[in-house]
Amino acid sequence: MTVQFGNPDRPNSYIGKTVPRPNARRLVEGRGKYVDDILLPRMVHVVFVRCPFAHARINGIDISGAKSVKGLVRVFTGAELAEVCTPWVAVLAHLKGLKSPPQHPMAIDRACWVGEPVVAVVATSRAAAEDAAGLIEVDYDPLPVVGDMMTALDKDTPVLHPEMGDNLAFQRLHEEGNVDSAFASAHKVVSARFRTARHTGVTLEPRSILVDWNPAERQLTAWHATQAPHMMQSVLATHLEVPESRVRVICGDVGGSYGIKVHVYPDEMATAAIAKIMGRPVKFIADRLESFSTDIHARDHEIEARIAVDEAGNILAFDIDDWTAIGAYSVYPRTSAIEGNQVVNLCGGPYDFANYRAKTTVVFQNKTPTCQYRAVGHPIAVAITEGLVDMAAAELGMDPVEIRRRNMYADDSYPVTSPAKMRFEGLSHHQSMDKLMQLMDYDALRVDQAEARSRGVHRGIGIASFIELTNPSPFMYGIGGARISAQDGCTVRMDPDGSIVALSGVTEQGQGTEAMLSQIVAEGVGVPPSNVRVITGDTQVTPYGGGTWASRGAGIGGEAALLSARALRDSILEIAAAMLQADQVSLDIRDGAVVDNDTGAARMPLEELGRIVYFRGDTLPEGLPRELVQTRHYITSEYPFAFTNGVQASYLEVDTETGVVTLLKHWCVEDCGRIINPQLVDEQIRGGIVQGLGGALFEEIHYDEDGQLLNGSMADYLVPMAAEMPDMVIGHVETPTKESTLGAKGAGEAGTAGAPAAVMNAINDALRPLGAQVTEMPFTPERILRALGAIED
Amino acid sequence: MSEIFRAQVDIDLRVNGEQVAARVIAGQHVIDFLREELGLTGAHASCEHGVCGACTIRVNGQAVRGCLMLAAQLDGAEVWTVEGLSDNNTIRDLQDAFVARNALQCGFCTPGMLVSAEELLAQGGIPERGKIREHMSGNYCRCTGYEAIVDAIETVARQRAGKANS
Ligand code: FES
Ligand code: FES
Repeated sequence: MTVQFGNPDRPNSYIGKTVPRPNARRLVEGRGKYVDDILLPRMVHVVFVRCPFAHARINGIDISGAKSVKGLVRVFTGAELAEVCTPWVAVLAHLKGLKSPPQHPMAIDRACWVGEPVVAVVATSRAAAEDAAGLIEVDYDPLPVVGDMMTALDKDTPVLHPEMGDNLAFQRLHEEGNVDSAFASAHKVVSARFRTARHTGVTLEPRSILVDWNPAERQLTAWHATQAPHMMQSVLATHLEVPESRVRVICGDVGGSYGIKVHVYPDEMATAAIAKIMGRPVKFIADRLESFSTDIHARDHEIEARIAVDEAGNILAFDIDDWTAIGAYSVYPRTSAIEGNQVVNLCGGPYDFANYRAKTTVVFQNKTPTCQYRAVGHPIAVAITEGLVDMAAAELGMDPVEIRRRNMYADDSYPVTSPAKMRFEGLSHHQSMDKLMQLMDYDALRVDQAEARSRGVHRGIGIASFIELTNPSPFMYGIGGARISAQDGCTVRMDPDGSIVALSGVTEQGQGTEAMLSQIVAEGVGVPPSNVRVITGDTQVTPYGGGTWASRGAGIGGEAALLSARALRDSILEIAAAMLQADQVSLDIRDGAVVDNDTGAARMPLEELGRIVYFRGDTLPEGLPRELVQTRHYITSEYPFAFTNGVQASYLEVDTETGVVTLLKHWCVEDCGRIINPQLVDEQIRGGIVQGLGGALFEEIHYDEDGQLLNGSMADYLVPMAAEMPDMVIGHVETPTKESTLGAKGAGEAGTAGAPAAVMNAINDALRPLGAQVTEMPFTPERILRALGAIED
Repeated sequence: MSEIFRAQVDIDLRVNGEQVAARVIAGQHVIDFLREELGLTGAHASCEHGVCGACTIRVNGQAVRGCLMLAAQLDGAEVWTVEGLSDNNTIRDLQDAFVARNALQCGFCTPGMLVSAEELLAQGGIPERGKIREHMSGNYCRCTGYEAIVDAIETVARQRAGKANS
């Protein structure tokens, strides 16, 4: 099976074009259906009483005060829910040594972070449930708090989960070559301490779930804002002890995910357990404080790192010591060790060097659990790597572009295995860098920078090359025992009027999944994309699949769609050949009609074929297969992951009086293999960049020493808004993966992976003549002024 | 919620051009009234304290945050939501531009964005990009990175200015 991707004049050439998103019209008219838009008969609302302490024993719960609230229906404690929902333990066998205690939907006798749910209050309205929750008294005994990550393993620090023995959740050391001797004999060694701040995703739609249990059918239905409906089906079935066939997870419109909505949350499991007990629909919509205190956090890392280079600027070695604190539990079922593990896997990623040591230490503490969030580990690894490379260049008096060109894997060196043991099938670092130089007009920008400097204006240019992990195989989760599908499926069928329906296991979170699938199916079958109706996000009707995470939708879901569309095309042509008494290979489908392959002459509209097959099957030869529905699944097998690459650049100005950074412009050139819809890819990159810029300049969750969350509102936790954000120039190089027909790799996380490092390097480029350097994100005015010595205390 | 906020208030208003008479709880916010009582789920509740703009609707000609205003204050008001502005084609060009430019991803911010953008465009002229960014700075979008939104608004401003001149 081949598609002539290189030929833009091929028939049905929809792959590679910007076509409109089928679901966009609905959303701009306010006719989307997000979970909170759904009202069901007899529906009740649940809100949670949450622990106000970072660590506390629960001595007793007094609900008497709440009983007078009109509309109150029922109150549940953790012990009651534990009777219908079994606990989970978030470990993976391939992350050796990872440990975490059993976790329940609600705390039972001890709560371990500010925000852990303790009591569930069910009422006929959310307002009534909130009123009642405010009147419930919980008697707590505060317990000692583990707050700081760097002292979590010290002897005199209390052990958060005594049965675990210590506060170490996971540790991994990877060593390649001879690091110590490389450092000992190096021309220059540069070391630095980096910090990335604790973030959270701040999805505009808060976490939302509505669960119904029909006791007569023994069927659980969950309308859930999730990225992984089949994973949730399996989790709900396992822990509520219902067969998977009796759990239906429906994921309609989702108001942003970015990794936040791919995890199992205790309050959502509690909602399902309550629905099962009460036999009626129960809705939970997190409020904003709950979002900040209970959505997963991420990126809380401190890193000590070194680079060794020779006189010519060749990289000899990296040595990385990464620490991260993950809160009170490893998050189910993906676990909270992946981010640190990724730092070990990804540091030094673009470069050809021999000696590598990286260690990650993952500890427990009394804070909100952390887990995978857009670009998992990449922004950290890229900041460390690119920060060190720039510092080394400065030591050597080399241009930052030149040192990268000297060390990046040559474009013709693939396949290659990195010192971190990552396997690269085909990347384009040099081509991407060349394209970036051209797009940004690097030399002219350096002239502009020098001119500004002469006026006392401090501008900086920052470059960050990166690799990005996409299209994961079962090596990511499945081999560790998690019931998370790396495979994805698509069913494509032709209805009697010749229109096409495609049902896919990947989901739509706004990235354009429906458009991407409609283009692939349209090209695969031979109809216009407007003739393809795409259905996603319903475990009762779509083929089994992993959903949307780790930039897998286009590469894996897209390939399954292409395979099933081509299979349907073959079935249609087999029937058409019998009807037209023609040779099947002499026919093709174009623009919704069967045509002669050679001349393009119309032979029969699909509508006519549909009419005969569905209503006059008696006129077709006996024994002729008439399957106008085809399902195919796809899984990657040759490589554990399909790596992509790219390079970003930031141009900015630092006001040395106020410490304020103004972003002037941002560039990104990336290579996600075959591009299915250029506009959608560009907008994924732009959105991702801004998410990275938020981390670089604004976003940081603050806790005090007692583990109290200090900035749990959007007024206090700053996110990027339109006024501070720059325009962004996006360019592409296309190196399709050879593993699939489609050749697509992921594009959704590249922007976030590289943007913080580009900004850090640009700020340091601006500050270098002043002898200042920042390595602790976010780069707030205060941190910049401290680096400049303008604030001391 | 104290007893005073539990009290019920009768209001008469127009919503999307239709007469509405309702009895609301004094403490109920406009966004909840529209979504829960009238089934107008286009505007969304997100931060619920006036920061994100997801709940932006038009009240008496002005873009207003539905999470900061009480339904009881709507007596005599003229309210327009994205549903009504879609039905009467007021923002059709803006919606077309958002779709064409992919100025929305998850779409959760979009109804609020459209109402805020229309408020700016209604002032006429072709605002500078910086002015557009400034005006839209009360509307949070986590998905798009804003550039496509700014582009779409700029395009419509040009189109409308072109029409006004011809
Ligand atoms: S919900 Fe009203 S401004 Fe955020
Ligand atoms: S499109 Fe998702 S928040 Fe704006």
